[in-house]
Amino acid sequence: MGMRSKKEGTVEALLFFSGAFSIVVTGAIVFVLFYESLRFFKEVSLIEFFTGTVWSPLFSNPRFGVLPLVAGTLLTTIIALLVALPAGLVTAIYISEYAPRGLKEVLKPLLELLAAIPTVVYGYFALLFVTPLLQKFIPNLSGFNALSPGIIMGVMIIPYVSSVSEDAMSSVPMYIKEGAYAMGATRLQTAFRVVVPASFSGIGAAFIIGSSRAIGETMVVAIAAGMMPNWTFNPLEPVQTFTSYIVQISLGDVPHGTFEYSTIFAVGVVLFFITLGLNVISFFLRRRFRESY
Amino acid sequence: MWEYKGRLSKYLDKLFMIFGLLLCLTGLAVITILLIDLFIDGSPRLTLKFLISYPSRSPEKAGILSAWVGSFLVMFVTVFAAIPVGVAAGIYLEEYAPKNWVTDIMEINIANLSGVPSVIFGLLALGVFVYMLGLGESILTGGLTLALLVLPIVIMSTREAIRAIPQAIREASYACGATRWQTVRWHVLPYSMGGILTGVIIGLSRAIGETAPLVTIGALTFIAFLPSPPISTEFPFISFRWLLDQFTVMPVQIFNWVSRPQKEFHLNAAAASIILLLMTLIMNGFAIYLRYRFRRKIRW
Amino acid sequence: MVEYSIQENLKAEVKNLDFFYGKNHVLKNINIPIADKKVTALIGPSGCGKTTFLRCFNRMHDLYPGNRYEGEIIIYPEGINIVSQSVDPILVRMKIGMVFQKPNPFPKSVYENVVFGLRIRGNHNRKYLDEVVERSLMSAALWDEVKDRLHKPAYDLSGGQQQRLCIARALATNPEILLFDEPTSALDPIATSKIEELIDSLKKEVTIIIVTHNMQQAARVSDYTAFMYLGTLVEFCKTEKMFTNPSQKLTEEYISGRFG
Repeated sequence: MGMRSKKEGTVEALLFFSGAFSIVVTGAIVFVLFYESLRFFKEVSLIEFFTGTVWSPLFSNPRFGVLPLVAGTLLTTIIALLVALPAGLVTAIYISEYAPRGLKEVLKPLLELLAAIPTVVYGYFALLFVTPLLQKFIPNLSGFNALSPGIIMGVMIIPYVSSVSEDAMSSVPMYIKEGAYAMGATRLQTAFRVVVPASFSGIGAAFIIGSSRAIGETMVVAIAAGMMPNWTFNPLEPVQTFTSYIVQISLGDVPHGTFEYSTIFAVGVVLFFITLGLNVISFFLRRRFRESY
Repeated sequence: MWEYKGRLSKYLDKLFMIFGLLLCLTGLAVITILLIDLFIDGSPRLTLKFLISYPSRSPEKAGILSAWVGSFLVMFVTVFAAIPVGVAAGIYLEEYAPKNWVTDIMEINIANLSGVPSVIFGLLALGVFVYMLGLGESILTGGLTLALLVLPIVIMSTREAIRAIPQAIREASYACGATRWQTVRWHVLPYSMGGILTGVIIGLSRAIGETAPLVTIGALTFIAFLPSPPISTEFPFISFRWLLDQFTVMPVQIFNWVSRPQKEFHLNAAAASIILLLMTLIMNGFAIYLRYRFRRKIRW
Repeated sequence: MVEYSIQENLKAEVKNLDFFYGKNHVLKNINIPIADKKVTALIGPSGCGKTTFLRCFNRMHDLYPGNRYEGEIIIYPEGINIVSQSVDPILVRMKIGMVFQKPNPFPKSVYENVVFGLRIRGNHNRKYLDEVVERSLMSAALWDEVKDRLHKPAYDLSGGQQQRLCIARALATNPEILLFDEPTSALDPIATSKIEELIDSLKKEVTIIIVTHNMQQAARVSDYTAFMYLGTLVEFCKTEKMFTNPSQKLTEEYISGRFG
């Protein structure tokens, strides 16, 4: 009896620590980002960091305004969302309200395949297929630009947007839909006037998850957007995002403890807290739609 | 009386149905075009020589030997690090965790962790594994980094698989006098194995394509040697020195080739991409097969 | 308050038992004697607390948060109060087996289902396990039907066979009391009558408490019957008396089908 409860206790403690380990990971992320960027923020004021429009940390006359990276990230993210949101939402409505059962079973895993393709392959596709293709229609599109990685990122995150929205839409109970059908509404009217509003918080969560993915996506922009910090909102020009700056510096041989080394952590802090905020919002939105029915 | 008034809305309905289907097909068309494009570019380079050659300055001689060996070894480390911790955490949350704020924080935290950009995991690993723990830019560091990345996937699929087990089975076990751990070990774990395995493989298929965190920790792009062999001729015949060797992996190699200006290297990137895609597709296919098999085997 | 006493050897005695689920006071001051090697039936309309009461006997409520027992269930001959917090629920469940409403075999072989209770007690002696499997399946009147497929999945059996397998599983560890929670509610009439015959033969070896919503079943299988309503015990007496001459008006109304 004593032996058994001792063993039970040990097992439970081990399992608890495994569960708590994820909290340790998050704690370690926050700690490392702050600890390693300390040096950066000692030398660069927050005002310069958040309002400067020139980012040239490796130049002989370095400037540390993060706004060009903000612009690059925002630009590629908006383009990606312009592709992913409508496509993801329509796909979700089609799959949850229109597709016959058999087709649904085929379409869903195939769409998930879009998320399974390695991002570096998408990068290849953006740089060597989409950009040359777009250049035929937009002659002044530069070889590196925000547009084609944005579009490809959009395609990439369609499955995230559609699966979360579909999840939300299928949790709208049948009796609510039947209420609309009984009034003589078509499927389209039911979808847009009943299902979409009823699953609003879930769809909101899907949009936010999509944005968070786009902001954090690295390889597509690192390959196809060019690594040029550019204070611009012109999608035809090369830009640099938070993520691709981190990659750029990591590719070079930056010694531990140098000032350049601390810049990637400073950028990492900003990136982490933006995505953290978005993820937390979407977590609560999703929890809300799970609870509402 | 029976004249149909809402003709427009009926057309719109039909129109939307076609539009939705087309859009779904567009997504699939993108994959298809991508694959065709890759195949046209890469197939001439897909030879046995490509698989067994080291990278080289001349594109025709270059190959992916060190890259696929590296990918394989890194995955090996990831599997052994992520599965025990992830499965244990999943079991804890489903079978043990009391409903309180600690559990709540764990849940929010895991959901959040699954949305943290992978490059951030790279920064974490750079600070902790490479420098604080002094593991360097090694296979061990790479494997552990990817293990952190797939941990939320393993935890969530474990939980989902466990949740599918009816409560009646647990009650039956407890009514026989089983303890909580006996119930988990004899019933919960074996019956959810299929689902857990599926999730693990899907997680690994993500990990094998990950580039950014490995670039961040400094996976090299030009490795013209293989890690030290895991078997040695001297006692104890097994060696773990390879864990601390430098490495490259498939996606990092592809990134390197795609970023070069010369067109010839792009063809190498395409060829390597085909291999990488095959790896992920095989893993995903295997996961789908497993899910199907286990679903058939156990019906509640 | 009525004190019930019976002219039997007692296997258990429920004294002033209250049960709370969070703030819900689910069972209110229950007092019943349980006769040794007899069948005691618990009847009453749904929601009256009969299943909750049954699950107190093997501390099943301990699996879920927010439960609280007050009062006693004394088990004889030891005279231990099994709902006391100082008693390990696992020890209780090792002495008191349970058969559930729906058959719930494990997705394992017939053989592994029966020996589970022994395996978790650390018993892996093949010869001994073989003996127990045969004895338990014999007692559960299932041996002849499954002796050639002991190592086939339990899910291939019919519903009635699965339920008898669950009975064999509970019998394998020689329980002193066997709890049945509406064991035939998911079964067809033929399977039901088999289970009822089985209960009748089992009471030679083990004390049985059965929850049933089927009045005829209670009349057929039990020696004593307790009628519960809204978490209280309305009446407890010999089964013949309960069904022929109940002392409470409420009981009579329920038995004659005027409510519930």
